Amino acid sequence: MKVTTPDASLPSYGLLAEFERREDLLHAVRTAQERGYRMMEAYTPHPVEEVSRQLGYRNHLPLVVLLCGIGGALTGLALQYYACVVDYPVHVAGKPAASWPSFVVVCFELTILFAALGAVIGMFVLNRLPRPHHPVFNASIFEQASGNRFFLVLLAKDPRFDESESSRFLEELEALQVVDVPLS
Amino acid sequence: MRSPREQSPEEAILAPGHDIGSVTDKISSIVLTRPTPRGWYVGAAIGFVLVVLLLISVSWLLLRGVGIWGIDNRVAWGFAIINFVWWIGIGHAGTLISAILLLLHQHWRTSINRFAEAMTLFAVVCAGLFPLIHVGRPWLAYWLLPYPNTMGLWPQFRSPLLWDVFAVSTYATVSLLFWYVGLVPDLATLRDRATGKLRKRIYALLCLGWRGSADHWDRYETAYLLLAGLATPLVISVHSVIAFDFAVSILPGWHATIFPPYFVAGAVFSGFAMVLTLAIPIRAVYGLQDFITLRHLDNMAKVMLAMGMFVAYGYLSEAFFAWYSSNGFEEFMIQNRMTGPYAPAYWSLILCNIGVTQLLWIPRVRRNMRLLFVIALVVNTGMWLERFIIVVTSEHRAFLPSAWSMYIPTFWDWSTFAGTIGLFVFLLFLFVRYLPVISAFEMRSLVEQEEKGSASP
Repeated sequence: MKVTTPDASLPSYGLLAEFERREDLLHAVRTAQERGYRMMEAYTPHPVEEVSRQLGYRNHLPLVVLLCGIGGALTGLALQYYACVVDYPVHVAGKPAASWPSFVVVCFELTILFAALGAVIGMFVLNRLPRPHHPVFNASIFEQASGNRFFLVLLAKDPRFDESESSRFLEELEALQVVDVPLS
Repeated sequence: MRSPREQSPEEAILAPGHDIGSVTDKISSIVLTRPTPRGWYVGAAIGFVLVVLLLISVSWLLLRGVGIWGIDNRVAWGFAIINFVWWIGIGHAGTLISAILLLLHQHWRTSINRFAEAMTLFAVVCAGLFPLIHVGRPWLAYWLLPYPNTMGLWPQFRSPLLWDVFAVSTYATVSLLFWYVGLVPDLATLRDRATGKLRKRIYALLCLGWRGSADHWDRYETAYLLLAGLATPLVISVHSVIAFDFAVSILPGWHATIFPPYFVAGAVFSGFAMVLTLAIPIRAVYGLQDFITLRHLDNMAKVMLAMGMFVAYGYLSEAFFAWYSSNGFEEFMIQNRMTGPYAPAYWSLILCNIGVTQLLWIPRVRRNMRLLFVIALVVNTGMWLERFIIVVTSEHRAFLPSAWSMYIPTFWDWSTFAGTIGLFVFLLFLFVRYLPVISAFEMRSLVEQEEKGSASP
């Protein structure tokens, strides 16, 4: 186990600890929270529900998607009502201009379209992506985060954070490596 | 209960001995390190030649108009609509695998959903081309969209053809979103593993800086699940709306309430046939037998069989209602189908879709790769013939005998159709070469699930 500090003079983003298994990461997150750390980030190669739940994020995405879906339905209705009733009514066989049953399909398709766009764009925006550069990418071991390793970052801005004490703490957690991540 | 890992390799959805590192290595190596097989060049070259044929055919069409096809005033739809319905139908299996099987917790879908989604996307590209070039003046195709214009006109919102515009464009957009969102974490893996600077940069751009943060995954999973939930009714609506194009008209043979469910089942049927047509060679060429196991192929064959039975019910119901309606035109339509000039096509489709499919009752057939591949090709052909029969036999001899005609496809009909097959093949080859053909992050989740399963008896 080793702590590598590339350049102590640079401001630090935090300490990055590498774990082999997700259970280790989950344990590390729990222990860190018990020790009073509040600002930390976990990185996993695939979704790990327990870690997300342990860190407790707010997820507003379902609300965004619902609102987009309702917006889509109203757009479809407004578009067809305006075209067929207000702007250019065409009367065929005495049928009403606002023949709503024939408007259902377009309303439905626009509901799906808007909701799907809302789900994808909303997910990226709420995740603050696209963001091609991020301090964690400064650590070369982070390349494994998209493969087979699990990472925990204790952020330097956490009031509880202390360079030497925090790195000792991470080493105790059976991290494979602990690396200092420079801010830039 | 036995865990999947203790089962025989044939029953498992993932061959034993894999961990999250090895699945990632294997999937990304196809794109990054493994030499491109010679078959890839041959296949891509054939696809490319056909793409050139498509370009020539479409250029000639733009110069001379739709008169170069076999269509006339009587049979106005012809190949354009046959191929449109066929391609869209093929796409539907991709959405079914990625969305409906996800919602139903069918974990075996994990290794086949990525290329099934890609197949959907490319099939929709091929499908969308046909109505566009069929409208007569394709450079005015934007008239299909509702937008304020100097003519003060709106499209006809009460027409299924307009509903089609909305349904198909929504379907194309949602399929693209679903596919791309699924790709993002894998593109991040490729970014981290690519060695060339340019490659790294391109994958970095495409993955939008994905870094796999726990809160990102949380929203990602929500988005993916919601997309699946949205795509499920969408896929059913798309082929239902396409069926409305037929059913809302009053032509004998088209004006039937069975059409929407019958079309959806036919779409899934042909789509699964196409997934099998693609999966069997891909797993052989790239040695993916560990991930796409016999269990997958067996399951897909079973879905195909079930859908084939549904389609058979559709054929039966068409014939029954033609008789039961006591409507002379309907009776003539079915008689013309069975004994008229297109009877060979009708009986071939019955043989392909109902006859040959029955072989899938036998487990040994479902596990015989060569035979399954041939059956899948036969079903693809059968479903194309089905659309041919539906479109042509109703149109060519409708109500007025004096207006009857024969529809004979011309060279340009065939060349455009072959061209779209080439476009589909070419896009698929590019996809297999440059993007991960199996979803690596979902495979990693699957590995962990299976490990958990074997840890707790």
